[in-house]
Amino acid sequence: MIRLKDISKIYKTKNGEITAVKDVNLSINKGEIFGIIGYSGAGKSTMIRLLNGLEKPSSGTVEVNGQQISSATGTQLRQARQKISMIFQHFNLLWSRTVADNIAFPLEIAGVPKAEREKRVGELINLVGLSGRENAYPSQLSGGQKQRVGIARALANNPEVLLCDEATSALDPETTDAILELLLDINKRLGLTIVLITHEMHVIRKICDRVAVMEAGQVVESGEVLQVFQNPQAEITKNFVMQVSGTKESKESIEQILVNYPTGKIVKLTFIGNKTEQPVISQIIKEFDVEVNIVHGNITQTTSGPYGTLIVQIDGKPNQVEQAFKLLETREIQAEVIDHV
Amino acid sequence: MFNQLFPNVDWVKMWEATYETLYMTIISTGVTFVLGLAIGILLFLTSPHQIWANKIVNLLTGSLVNIFRSIPFIVLIILLIPFTKFLLGTIRGVEAALPALIIGAAPFYARLVLIALREIDKGVIEAARSMGAKTSTIIWKVLIPESMPALLSGITVTAVALVGYTAMAGIIGAGGLGNLAFIDGFQRSREDVTLTATIVILIIVFILQFIGDFITTKTDKR
Ligand SMILES: Nc1ncnc2c1ncn2[C@@H]1O[C@H](COP(=O)(O)OP(=O)(O)O)[C@@H](O)[C@H]1O
Ligand SMILES: [Mg+2]
Repeated sequence: MIRLKDISKIYKTKNGEITAVKDVNLSINKGEIFGIIGYSGAGKSTMIRLLNGLEKPSSGTVEVNGQQISSATGTQLRQARQKISMIFQHFNLLWSRTVADNIAFPLEIAGVPKAEREKRVGELINLVGLSGRENAYPSQLSGGQKQRVGIARALANNPEVLLCDEATSALDPETTDAILELLLDINKRLGLTIVLITHEMHVIRKICDRVAVMEAGQVVESGEVLQVFQNPQAEITKNFVMQVSGTKESKESIEQILVNYPTGKIVKLTFIGNKTEQPVISQIIKEFDVEVNIVHGNITQTTSGPYGTLIVQIDGKPNQVEQAFKLLETREIQAEVIDHV
Repeated sequence: MFNQLFPNVDWVKMWEATYETLYMTIISTGVTFVLGLAIGILLFLTSPHQIWANKIVNLLTGSLVNIFRSIPFIVLIILLIPFTKFLLGTIRGVEAALPALIIGAAPFYARLVLIALREIDKGVIEAARSMGAKTSTIIWKVLIPESMPALLSGITVTAVALVGYTAMAGIIGAGGLGNLAFIDGFQRSREDVTLTATIVILIIVFILQFIGDFITTKTDKR
């Protein structure tokens, strides 16, 4: 559906060249929700803007929906954009237009006749749950409602792809979840491909199928969300995973345990899918002569199943601890010894 | 009673002069609005990072605007005498004042338009582009409506300035209240004529300001 090949984007500024995106190769499937995560300045916005031709790559090609966006210009590019919609962090609604007229704007651009426009706007207002607010002005809406208008507007011309640039970053946690659920619902119902960028792992785990991690313009890691959660490779990815697994907060308790229990091993167990339901801990205690202290535990839901981390201290005779480890391995549970914080 | 307080005022003449002032102000404001808007939009769209980003056009237009904006109006009228004569065949009468009024006010208004357009949220223009909007659509459906309150308050300021300009144009023979105040009032030492003309000008300015403020507030949905 979307293919980025050897993409680089270099901005020429007064203070020299800035490489915003570097050697990116990426492929996004039809109907999936693909997340791009990275800290501010990583090049996420530049990357997503390459997908609708708001930016042109310095080298490489961008293909969306069978069309080469990187080389398209004029009418061809404008028509392609009608099928590649975008929503924004700050909503970017026209304050001079009502909710209904904002949603009608892309239809006006596409030359849809008035009667048809009105009908379509009515459908969209229902779809995003804004019935009764059609004549309100954006200034009279809450952040969440504004983003709903943004989404309705983006869906007006039945796009194939929806690009979301930090679409929930200006919203509070509850509203963020409501908007994410709306996006998930739209994705399922309309089979729309969604590309979203964010700096919050919470967003990725909540709705994404696959994720790419960006750092300094490069994609440092990508894959299935659950896989990346279970087995993060890059240092930055580990930091992002910590955002949701809560292991950051447990650092102090691990420190304390290391001091209190200088013997045994501190182990971080990571399990995914139905493995989260296995009673491994009680099994270890029953079968081997070890003691198990629970330091920290957490289960996170992702679209492709639950993902859990458990930090425990296993203490006992070395060979018993060893055997307990072996058991964990046969269960395909990832165990990682933590000996420093 | 009026006739005792203002013994020298010829009310028919006063009314005629008021009409001429209104005529000059309204026509020149209308043309200035269109011309200034066009120049302002051109200045905006050719500035760096905008859709028509073009250094040369931007610099050239910007310089012309600045030059005409800097020339004192009374000097501009004199400089434009040959041009007006060529255009209309005369330099007397209300019509003859229009070229100078418009050329004096349009660059001023173009500046105000530019300031108004710069206040538009960049994201909104970007959103329109991401929907596949043409530049003409962006001008008519984004730039103008999204900056409307500032465009209207700007044209109100310009219209008030134009009332003042018409008075100056009056001195060199364009007609209107300025002309009346100068020829009938000042040169013949009839203070009551000057005073009445001044009061009428003030009333016109107040009414313009009131209408302008009212419409500006009405269009602002922010
Ligand atoms: N139009 C531009 N001109 C120059 N530099 C830019 C421009 N847009 C972005 N950049 C630079 O490119 C880098 C990546 O920016 P961006 O894509 O906005 O990152 P993110 O969205 O991940 O925060 C930053 O260093 C930023 O300063
Ligand atoms: Mg960004």
